[in-house]
Amino acid sequence: MAQALIEHVKKHCPGAVLQTHSQFGDETIVVDAERWLEVARLLRDDPECDMALLVDLTAVDYPEREPRFEVVAHLVSLRLGHRLRMKARVGDAEGREVEIDSLTELWASANWAERECFDMFGVRFRGHPDLRRILMYPEFQGHPLRRDYPANRAQPLVEYRQVENIDKLPPFGPDEGMSFGRQTHDRRTSRDADGEN
Amino acid sequence: MEPLDLDLDASEIELENEPMLLNIGPAHPATHGTVRLVVELSGEVIQRCDVQIGYLHRGFEKMCERGNWTQVFPYVDRCNYVSPMLNNVGFALACEKMLGIVVPPRCQYYRMILGELARIADHLTAAGAMAMELGAFTPFLWMMKVREMIWDVFEEETGARLTHSFGRVGGMARPPTESFVEQVGQVVPHAIQVLGEAERLLVTNRIFLDRLQGVGVMSAEDAISLGWTGPTLRASGVPYDVRKAHPYLRYGEVDFDVPVGEHGDCYDRFMVRIEEIRQSARIIEQCLGLIPADGPVNVDDPRVVLPDKQDVYTTIEGTIQHFKIVMEGIKIPAGEAYSYTEGGNGELGFYLVSDGSGTPYRVRIRPPSFYVTSGLEKLVTGAMMADVVPCFGSLNMIGGECDH
Repeated sequence: MAQALIEHVKKHCPGAVLQTHSQFGDETIVVDAERWLEVARLLRDDPECDMALLVDLTAVDYPEREPRFEVVAHLVSLRLGHRLRMKARVGDAEGREVEIDSLTELWASANWAERECFDMFGVRFRGHPDLRRILMYPEFQGHPLRRDYPANRAQPLVEYRQVENIDKLPPFGPDEGMSFGRQTHDRRTSRDADGEN
Repeated sequence: MEPLDLDLDASEIELENEPMLLNIGPAHPATHGTVRLVVELSGEVIQRCDVQIGYLHRGFEKMCERGNWTQVFPYVDRCNYVSPMLNNVGFALACEKMLGIVVPPRCQYYRMILGELARIADHLTAAGAMAMELGAFTPFLWMMKVREMIWDVFEEETGARLTHSFGRVGGMARPPTESFVEQVGQVVPHAIQVLGEAERLLVTNRIFLDRLQGVGVMSAEDAISLGWTGPTLRASGVPYDVRKAHPYLRYGEVDFDVPVGEHGDCYDRFMVRIEEIRQSARIIEQCLGLIPADGPVNVDDPRVVLPDKQDVYTTIEGTIQHFKIVMEGIKIPAGEAYSYTEGGNGELGFYLVSDGSGTPYRVRIRPPSFYVTSGLEKLVTGAMMADVVPCFGSLNMIGGECDH
């Protein structure tokens, strides 16, 4: 069933499928990263594939390989009941130039999945409308799920964000927030000592 | 009498109509689970919405890359703290898929009964919390009381109410207790009775209906595109249930229906969950009749299952086997596999990559809540401010799962 699906993809996108396997019963194709979007579009729109549901999109880091990252998407057709794993290899050994086309124009679920993938692995998705971190905070340095990110690395302290065009009425303002926060604490106590309050 | 608003139309006051930015959460009582919604309001209508998650991120996938395969079980427990047993079983099945082993029938039924109990607890929590946020506190308390009884069963079986860590690769930590069948047989009918009472309180209440019906409508196409699965997708009219579509364990042998909604609104999502509790009860009832009274629970495979404690102390083979499994971990063949089960909120998948050693190379969880929550933005844009509460409640976001 799904073997026929792989043949179908090979026939309609000649040269795009680099490798296939069916380990543990999961049909898998490895596609050329440049033709990622083209193959995905075929899988979604062709009535013989009809993969309307992008179940999951993630990446795996293999630091000793070149290209280093594998972007992995799992697709399922609710109507025909078959599944397919689609992979593409991107990025050099240093973890730079990790770029691949975004699937957001085909599946809405790719939006958050790609944001997470970018957050965790630093894979940049071309054409993603809103590629920012999703699980980590914007000031986070590095990409935590890369194999060369040590699990015990400490992150630098983050300054309070300066947001423009926020005119707050009293009593809100620069001193807003909990008085025992680590950044307001020193200021507060020194001012209290001066007797200004 | 003179009307009070006599001069209102003639007044010169120009009110500002700039959109207003409002933060909901991350510690708002209606956002159970920590999620932050930044909404742009025009009057009471939401113009734009940005859903921000990640407040409960604990690096689950990174942690998994440090221990051995068995040590992942406590982590998957904590990913979904409402139905942890389903996660336990899901992960065990993923490992077993790679090892190519099938657990004995007694264990399969045991997993199904425990899993469906967890699903009942999950849906009770979801429906109850949703009702509570709309002001119906009594049904919530009734449902929590029943959930507590279900958790008593879990405590009797596993030793813990919530974070069981009870699954094992190739079986379960313990065989069912002697009173298991009897206890479950008592709790489930009671749960169904209380559910009926709570449901009667809610679905005959005009306020409850008005706040749910026609609110937060999601079409089937959009739901599929957003990657929704589980009760939320079925409420939109797509009868996709992993238990029916790709039966695992013994789900192919039991008889149950997949409830679907008609309109895809909050009311349908609520009712699908209520009906699924009844279907889960049906499954449990059949499994209680089918589960063998004795027989092995764990597979007879010394590569993955710890030997009997008596053997560890008295035989050299047992000692070595125990040492190998504890110190090196279970060796899972190199390769990759994606295994999926029906979790409380939809398709719960595990994508595992192994390099053949005892330590996972990559454990990827496919949390249903992550994709369900990504649809919240679409759900509330254009809706009224007050609709955020039922919409969010009907999605049953589980923070631990959503934020990994």
